[in-house]
Amino acid sequence: MSEVLNPEMLLLIFAAAVATFLTRVGGYVLITRMKTIPPRMEQALNAVPAAVLTTLVAPAFFNGGWDVKIAMSVALLVSLRYPGLIMLAAGWAAAMASRHLLGF
Amino acid sequence: MKREDIIDGLKGGAIIAISSAPFAILFGAVAVDNGLSVLDAAIMSATVYAGASQLVGIELFDHHVAPWLIVLSVFAVNFRHILYSAALTRFITHFSPVQKFFAFFLLTDPQFAESVKRGEDGRGVSFEWYLGFGLSIYFPWLFFSTVGAWFGSMMGDPRTLAIDVLLPTYFMGLVLGFRRRSGFYPVVLASTLGSIAAYHFVGSPWHVSIGAAVGVAVAALLPLPASEPEPMAEKAEA
Repeated sequence: MSEVLNPEMLLLIFAAAVATFLTRVGGYVLITRMKTIPPRMEQALNAVPAAVLTTLVAPAFFNGGWDVKIAMSVALLVSLRYPGLIMLAAGWAAAMASRHLLGF
Repeated sequence: MKREDIIDGLKGGAIIAISSAPFAILFGAVAVDNGLSVLDAAIMSATVYAGASQLVGIELFDHHVAPWLIVLSVFAVNFRHILYSAALTRFITHFSPVQKFFAFFLLTDPQFAESVKRGEDGRGVSFEWYLGFGLSIYFPWLFFSTVGAWFGSMMGDPRTLAIDVLLPTYFMGLVLGFRRRSGFYPVVLASTLGSIAAYHFVGSPWHVSIGAAVGVAVAALLPLPASEPEPMAEKAEA
């Protein structure tokens, strides 16, 4: 991990920045051009964030050890009542406890 | 009036900045854990400026996913901004092209929510307010990501401090945030099964795109809600 700039990493970051900017300006460009989005396409687009994020959560849970499973289950239960930051803190505390106290 | 707008913007933004600071620190710490330098993390926060997608990006980077897939995933996670900018347009028609450029660059979830609130209750969205609000989130975001990255680079094994658990837990929170959307449960179930199956039969990193594709396909095939969908232009004017 050096502080020397890696051109490939920089290129990747800038590409991600351009992609992000395109989403931020895209609706403005579209709305001046397009009258309707087909309903099925809209339904599919609405599902994109949950679908992508789930693929980062599910394997982490199923492939993780008991420490990870306990932490994420605790976080899931806490999230039913409390906002994101408290959920995150509860999950973290559960992971710390299961690693350092229970020895998973 | 203008002065008031700036102060209003700075105040409102400061609240968001404080509540997003832990996520900025989390981003910085995880970025370094996933192989970015402190400077990389700072540049990413300064140029991408979209928390969830930055975390998704560095997570995929750690999985050695093909670069185009990382960029596509960042695009996908940020896709909601297309709807934001479409709906914001009617409130900022008085902005100059340069002002619009900055407005769209700074367009985050809270920025959108607050702008719509002001636009609808008659206070109006002045550029002074918008910029004050946006920059008082932007600079703290940059600052706290750098602080997080710096702490992350001082830390030894991330497992000892359970830093590695934070990211999947955070993503799980984001997923749960969508649970009131129609089709949530079938989509999540489909993506779960798709990603787990792909993880075992195809392997990482493909489980991400395959699992996501399965979920999106299920969403497209679900029955449409009974009400007629409104055209986008009408929705933006409603």
